[in-house]
Amino acid sequence: MADELILLDVHVSMFGMRVRVALAEKGIEYEYREENLANKSPLLLEMNPVHKKIPVLIHNGKPISESLIIVQYIDEVWKDKFPLLPSDPYQRAQARFWADFVDKKIFDAGRRIWTRKGEEQEAAKKEFIDALKLLEGELGEKAYFGGDKFGFVDVALITFYSWFDTYETCGNFSVEEHCPKLVAWAKRCMEKESVSKSLADPKMVYEAVLMLKKKFGIE
Amino acid sequence: MEKRDESSVKLVGFWVSPFVHRVRWALKLKGVEYEYIEEDIFNKSPLLSELNPLYKKVPVLVHDGKPLSDSSIILEYVDQKWRSNPLFPDDPYQRAQAHLWARFADEKVLESAWLALCSEGKTQERAVKQAIENLEHVEEKLKGKRFFGGDIIGHVDLMMGFISYMLPVWEEVGGVKILDPHKFPAIAAWTNNFLNHEAIKAEYLPPTAETSTYFQWRRKELIPVYASYGQ
Repeated sequence: MADELILLDVHVSMFGMRVRVALAEKGIEYEYREENLANKSPLLLEMNPVHKKIPVLIHNGKPISESLIIVQYIDEVWKDKFPLLPSDPYQRAQARFWADFVDKKIFDAGRRIWTRKGEEQEAAKKEFIDALKLLEGELGEKAYFGGDKFGFVDVALITFYSWFDTYETCGNFSVEEHCPKLVAWAKRCMEKESVSKSLADPKMVYEAVLMLKKKFGIE
Repeated sequence: MEKRDESSVKLVGFWVSPFVHRVRWALKLKGVEYEYIEEDIFNKSPLLSELNPLYKKVPVLVHDGKPLSDSSIILEYVDQKWRSNPLFPDDPYQRAQAHLWARFADEKVLESAWLALCSEGKTQERAVKQAIENLEHVEEKLKGKRFFGGDIIGHVDLMMGFISYMLPVWEEVGGVKILDPHKFPAIAAWTNNFLNHEAIKAEYLPPTAETSTYFQWRRKELIPVYASYGQ
């Protein structure tokens, strides 16, 4: 029986992009459906009734939500192709820990960079850079967070790269100036087709953010 | 009882933290012997800074000298290292659901209940409303089952465990009613199943009187902190 896969997503969502990267890494075919968050589809409301959020992966009619949980699911179901999570339990736990760190620290601070001004924005910038520096430390001299191979933490973080231009423009700073090794890592990841084809164009991200700012009256 | 790999297992915890209790129950279920190290989280030791430099929080599990933090991550690790009494299902879809509900336990249920404990007035009213809505989803999930996974205790039960013994204390201290057993019969039945499970009973539940005193103090301290939350 052929697998039926539908991804409910929003093009510029760094969370949705994670799922796209994982599916591309594994060479899995799926149907992509763009959601309008101001007018959520009946399918989205049915498949994620509790949170009503994207991304949602629907596999043979069964929904999975939360990007990192979806990526882990994909990795477990298609476990013979390009594993993303290590098989060693301790390494696996470390991968989950750092992916969670990205969620806790990068997303929130990043959001405040483009939604706030003045002192609040400066504080957000500092938090954002400090978090990236910690990640840079964790990367060390490795090619990827996963070691020699692109892995779970790489998937978790690389999608934020498409948002860097937006953060930098709104916050008036340069990520590369503070974290050159991290930007080098990002460019290395972008050489992979599974990544470059799955990430949104930074210009599109910025335009989407400008529209959101206008809509919500954020300067 | 598996003793493989039990050479050195330490758990750094705080007596009243529900995040720590989960790990204690998991280790008990697996028959793993461990050394418990109490940490005063209001006066953190160099040990904690060394083991969990990023967050300086408990629980931290140290296995053969290697530290792990975050209760949900620790539980998954414990389940993979010690294979008796599995906490997670084999099927990847069921496992994904377990992860989702584990997140729901902390990000929604515990979060809203905690806010209800540490606030007053309109903020508290909103938190209580949110907590009740969250429990409605939990009630739905539990219908017709002894435990979240079915007949056997599992990951989600441990993550939701605080509902059975911690939530009533928070309700009393906060002066609110969230878990009405008439409104939530499945949760009430589950609470009974959970608290009477041999591993939970035998391992650890914090003493009620001391727990109440502790949270009365926390509530007083945190009301000004949370005064503007949820607005």
